[in-house]
Amino acid sequence: MAEQSTRATAGAAAPPALEMRGISKTFGPVRALQGVSLVAHAGEVHALMGENGAGKSTLMKILSGAYSPDPGGDVLVNGVKLAHGNPKEARARGIAVIYQELSLAPNLSVAENVFLGEEIARGWMVDRAEARRRTAAVLDRLGVNFSPDAKVAGLSLGERQLVEIARAMAGNSRIIVMDEPTTSLSSHEVEKLFEVIAALKSDGIAILYISHRMNEVYALADRCSVLRDGNYIGSLERSEISEARLINMMVGRDISSFYKKNHKEPDPTRRQMLKVEHMSDRKRVHDCSFEVHEGEVLGIAGLVGSGRTELARLIYGADPAVSGKVLVDGQDVTPKKPVDALRNGIVYLTEDRKILGLFLDMAISDNIGICVMGEDSSRGGVRNLAATRHRAEAAVKSLDIRTPGVALKVGALSGGNQQKVLLARLLELRPRVLLLDEPTRGVDVGAKSEIYRLIDRLAGEGLAVVMISSELPEIVGMADRVLVMRDGAIVGTVSHGPDRPITQEAIMALATSADVMPRGMAQQQTNQGASA
Amino acid sequence: MSDAAASSQKIAARDRMKSRFFALGMLPVLILLAIGFHMLTGKFITSTNLSIVMQQASINIVLAAGMTFVILTGGIDLSVGSILAAAAMGAVILSTSPMGGVLGVVAGLAIGLAFGLANGGLIAALGLPPFIVTLGSLTAVRGVARLMGQDTTVFNPDLPFEAIGNGGLFGVPWLAIIAVAVVLLSWFILRRTILGTWIYAVGGNVEAARLTGIKVWLVLLFVYATSGLCAGLGGVMSAARLYAANGLQLGQSYELDAIAAVILGGTSFVGGVGSIWGTLIGALIIAVLSNGLILTGVSDIWQFIIKGLVIIAAVTLDRYRLKGSSNT
Repeated sequence: MAEQSTRATAGAAAPPALEMRGISKTFGPVRALQGVSLVAHAGEVHALMGENGAGKSTLMKILSGAYSPDPGGDVLVNGVKLAHGNPKEARARGIAVIYQELSLAPNLSVAENVFLGEEIARGWMVDRAEARRRTAAVLDRLGVNFSPDAKVAGLSLGERQLVEIARAMAGNSRIIVMDEPTTSLSSHEVEKLFEVIAALKSDGIAILYISHRMNEVYALADRCSVLRDGNYIGSLERSEISEARLINMMVGRDISSFYKKNHKEPDPTRRQMLKVEHMSDRKRVHDCSFEVHEGEVLGIAGLVGSGRTELARLIYGADPAVSGKVLVDGQDVTPKKPVDALRNGIVYLTEDRKILGLFLDMAISDNIGICVMGEDSSRGGVRNLAATRHRAEAAVKSLDIRTPGVALKVGALSGGNQQKVLLARLLELRPRVLLLDEPTRGVDVGAKSEIYRLIDRLAGEGLAVVMISSELPEIVGMADRVLVMRDGAIVGTVSHGPDRPITQEAIMALATSADVMPRGMAQQQTNQGASA
Repeated sequence: MSDAAASSQKIAARDRMKSRFFALGMLPVLILLAIGFHMLTGKFITSTNLSIVMQQASINIVLAAGMTFVILTGGIDLSVGSILAAAAMGAVILSTSPMGGVLGVVAGLAIGLAFGLANGGLIAALGLPPFIVTLGSLTAVRGVARLMGQDTTVFNPDLPFEAIGNGGLFGVPWLAIIAVAVVLLSWFILRRTILGTWIYAVGGNVEAARLTGIKVWLVLLFVYATSGLCAGLGGVMSAARLYAANGLQLGQSYELDAIAAVILGGTSFVGGVGSIWGTLIGALIIAVLSNGLILTGVSDIWQFIIKGLVIIAAVTLDRYRLKGSSNT
């Protein structure tokens, strides 16, 4: 607090680079934001944290002019009000937003992308040479090793992000918003990004950094603000930032009661339900072996890109494996296609329900019954629509899917209910092994806890559950045992010991160790930890 | 909670309204067109003329029914006009066969099915884009059709199955009966069989369909085979009506009328959404337009222009509809 007031006096002449005051936003009956205020200073990284659905993205969209806030809210850039809902003006006033899904044209060159929509004109011709020169200057400052003439399609995701940043810099942006920029970056690329952020800071640019990841916030943030359910909860100065405080602010409740773990701890005498042996695709997954017992929830943790989804898809037969075996109940059932897996009781809940899971334009009943339609039909394939409807109605009841009817298109449901529809589809197959890939992604808190309860119930009924998740609290709260993946390989297992619970720290250490620092150092670190 | 239930109830009601609106979709347009033409000419809504309209629409209805299957999967079949020509050639040539002229009907259907299977095989097994494959067969099959008659028109004044083209049952032309039967059968397959549900699923989300264990290749093979078979049936109908077939001219740009009927009927170009009833209405609108424009004495040239504008209007509607559904 004291620090803040000193800064305020020192910089009394200059208003903050960005100030958002009393921003609210409602979508119909939904309050996405409620009186949120935020200040960002030049040359400062301001981290913004909060759970999914806390309102971070909405706030950033208001900043970029994609949305207008409700009346009463103001955005001030250098103390001057910004017109609402005007992306062009926001850009002209130096605000650049780099979204998670990058907005580059892959078929064009880096230089063309940097000046996309703001082409440098000489008369009525595009001045390519000038664009190339200016791009080269910016890339130089970023210290990257690709040329302005490179095609964006040939760049890695991390490099593409740098192109976006170059675009912001070429447009003389003074306020750069980064929305979870590291989600799909390799660790090396993350390091590079952090260097660039440091350089931007020293150029006096204000950076709003949205992230879920504690370690990034530790590494970068000068200040951190937290949103929860659309409300501004508070801000911490760099010196005040601690994991416990941030989690408390983000969740606002005792985490331990949120997760449900009533099913019995599996013991080694229990039946081995799924066994995976030496699974490889020679690209993203290398020699993965593990087993899951009946009634066990096995968590698979690891950074995004560590090969978790790829491994699950191999087990399900969605992608071809180069080598490896899958055994269910001791029998070799290695699938070549998803149908093979389904037939042997292995089902897979995809991480992206809209793109890979649901038929959004089809009825809830058909979405639930699609895998077992043969049971609801005559031998010739003529459907018994009533049977499908009854089946769906029973599932809606048992999973508490909130819908006025099963004839409704599934696309009309909320994320949590859509996820339950997808789960219902899998459960109709009466599976023995559930592969759940990010089962609570994009789901509100209420539905989340219901899904946890469901997972717990299914494990209690004796299913083997494999739960892939990027949310460590979820893994820690739900799993009986946790596999950690890194670079396509299983690098370790964390399991409950007598007085040694599964912790986020233990998982993170395995997931990142060799990445954060050179191998030698990691070794040293572990030794120190052991001796201490 | 009750709030959420209420709002989703509202969404459901809106959804139903919307789907009803689009199911009706073009029906008011069809009725207005018919009334309009009747007021302009005074002789549009008569049993004779409506029978003629139905007869004129019948071949396009059959082609468009097959096309509906294809477009529901997000594909396209540009080759139906050419397949129709080849099937008609085969039907007329074999109608003089000593083994019995009905062999001509079988030949027409078989030719259509064979080319449809070839299209479907290339698309399903090799994963080639439907536009390219059927663009190729549009040209190649046209060549085959010409080759079949050594590039001449083939006649059979004693066509054994001419009743299909010119006869009727209780005054209803067989052509119209066949068209309606095809529509009913299509409805049954699309709405009452597993295969039909799979067609919607593949068109709605092909990757999800694959992960769900749906045999995507089988669905694709089926829809292109069906489209080919419908084109073959169209060829037989056309041959029966004309007692003749010409490999060069017959069926030229029929694929465009069929596509226009499907899109007018509200089937989404990207797949997964649509109905056979819409297609029926779409095909009838096109037939009413042609017939009505002739009755009002509009020149051939203007008929082209007006029909073209209607197709563009249909695509505009498709866009609007997609936008509407993504808002939910």
